Amino acid sequence: MSPEHDATGIAWTAGSGSAASPELEARLEVDVRVTFGAFDLQVEQAIPATGVTAVFGPSGSGKTTLLRSLLGFEAGSRGRIALNGDVWLDSEAGVDVPPHRRPVGCTFQDGRLFPHLDVAGNLGYADRRSVGASAVSITRDDVVDALDLEPLLGRRPHTLSGGERQRAALGRALLSRPRLLLLDEPLSALDRRRKAEIMPYLLALHPRFGIPTLYVSHAVDEVALLADRVLVLAEGRAQAFGGTVEVLEQIDLAPLTERFQAAAVLEARVSAHDDEYRMTWLDLDGQRLSVPRIEHLAVGASARLLVRSRDVSLATERPSPTSIRNVLSGVLVSLHQDEATAFAEATVDLGSHRLRARITRASAAELGLAVGSPVFALLKSVSLDTRAGR
Amino acid sequence: MSLPELGPLWLSLQLAASATAVLLVLGTPLAWWLSGTRSRLKPVVEAVTALPLVLPPTVLGFYLLLLMSPRSWLGGLWVEVTDTTLTFSFAGLLVASVIYSLPFMVQPLQAAFESLGRGPLEAAAALRASPLDAFLTVAAPLSLRGFLTAAVLTFAHTIGEFGVVLMVGGNIPGKTRVISIAIYEHVETLRYAEAHTLAAGLLLFAFVVLVFVYVFNRRLPVHVA
Repeated sequence: MSPEHDATGIAWTAGSGSAASPELEARLEVDVRVTFGAFDLQVEQAIPATGVTAVFGPSGSGKTTLLRSLLGFEAGSRGRIALNGDVWLDSEAGVDVPPHRRPVGCTFQDGRLFPHLDVAGNLGYADRRSVGASAVSITRDDVVDALDLEPLLGRRPHTLSGGERQRAALGRALLSRPRLLLLDEPLSALDRRRKAEIMPYLLALHPRFGIPTLYVSHAVDEVALLADRVLVLAEGRAQAFGGTVEVLEQIDLAPLTERFQAAAVLEARVSAHDDEYRMTWLDLDGQRLSVPRIEHLAVGASARLLVRSRDVSLATERPSPTSIRNVLSGVLVSLHQDEATAFAEATVDLGSHRLRARITRASAAELGLAVGSPVFALLKSVSLDTRAGR
Repeated sequence: MSLPELGPLWLSLQLAASATAVLLVLGTPLAWWLSGTRSRLKPVVEAVTALPLVLPPTVLGFYLLLLMSPRSWLGGLWVEVTDTTLTFSFAGLLVASVIYSLPFMVQPLQAAFESLGRGPLEAAAALRASPLDAFLTVAAPLSLRGFLTAAVLTFAHTIGEFGVVLMVGGNIPGKTRVISIAIYEHVETLRYAEAHTLAAGLLLFAFVVLVFVYVFNRRLPVHVA
């Protein structure tokens, strides 16, 4: 993945339905409609079959239904699905490839390892059925190594922790040697500590195996860290599609996420490492940020930062020295007051990036915040995408 | 105390083993279909399957007798092909037993398959397993308890049948005189000692089988999806 992928990322939206060119061949065409009861999913989107695409939205938005439709499990699916020109569903032409003939690998929220087989048996189940049937070359040893499954091989699923189960399920999905990998909220059943355990594996997955991935999630931080581009779903419709940074900046996430999850993604460049205090200095459009030392990024490399809106405070003057090290100056471009609560959500323009801040309405009034006025954003904490080569 | 001859016991065991084997082959696909179908025929098929549970064995036996008699299409065909009559033969008993014990095979299996849910089968399909492959490698091993319960109930129920056997098989030593018929005949002829031996043996057998099922069922791993 090139560091510029986000710049090209948003251009893909224009690619949907346009004339075929070699690059556009590698894509997943989705034009499906699934209706049951009052719920109606209708998504038309061409998705590049490269990198990691997040399918993002609140629960009930149709993410899992879309995934099941891609897998062939939603018998009521109408429309068209094709990967790189191979048609899986074309209801007008009467084509509906059964699930076991679609070259998709998936993990489910609940893992769904076979309880009567140990981890080795689960891996073998996928391995045996795909070894001659797929052109994707992945070996069992690769998978065991990438996910550290060696110590788990002889264990039954019910003896595994939630995180271990997801790792084994990921390994099994990879060993089905799929041309498209679908991950349905692999972290949702895990607590914070287990999530942190699994994240490095997820981050390493695509660079190592290169299988185009759809990552379903309702968590902004996962999307920001993992995805190259995002398809936003709400109430069964695609709301936005494009590069992760652009989409997360442009759309109003508040209705799509729980409020405390609202966040912004910043792309900064490593300008220096500080050996004495073990910090790394980052440059963001001429402004300086510092974070705990990032060992694997060289000076000049780009780093992706996630800033949650609840971690951002605002000031109208540059604050006198505090323990908060990261203060960015910008212009207040919007202020949404939620009359039903104590809170307001402010958006601060930093030049090429935007930040969101969650502050109380009372502070907004006391500071006399007005749209268009200069403000200083104090970042209490910053999460870092640890992927190398960004 | 005179020992009763053991022929009827062996015949019963043979009949029950054969009926269980036939029903494993026929009942499994039927139970599988019932567990997954959304067909409007499902309740009708379920009702037909359950009929032997509620009908008096004499009713079932009566109609089976008519069906198997050489004058009916089935009985006639049998005579043409095998040169023997289906009624009053071991083959006739087997056909009757299969029908009579059908619910004891199908219902536990159907319940076991339904309790699996769609999860494991979808996981198998996503790993490129065809539906038959997924059944044999995932659904069946996860339903071992169901298979055990169904097989034992079918076997025990066939051992214990009386009315249907009497109607279609009669009481021919070595051919259709099964253990329950033999007990009945011993009682009729006031040979209570022999009746006791066989009846107590059957009682003990039923008890041992049931204990075995419950113990073994507890030892089999429970697979919670």
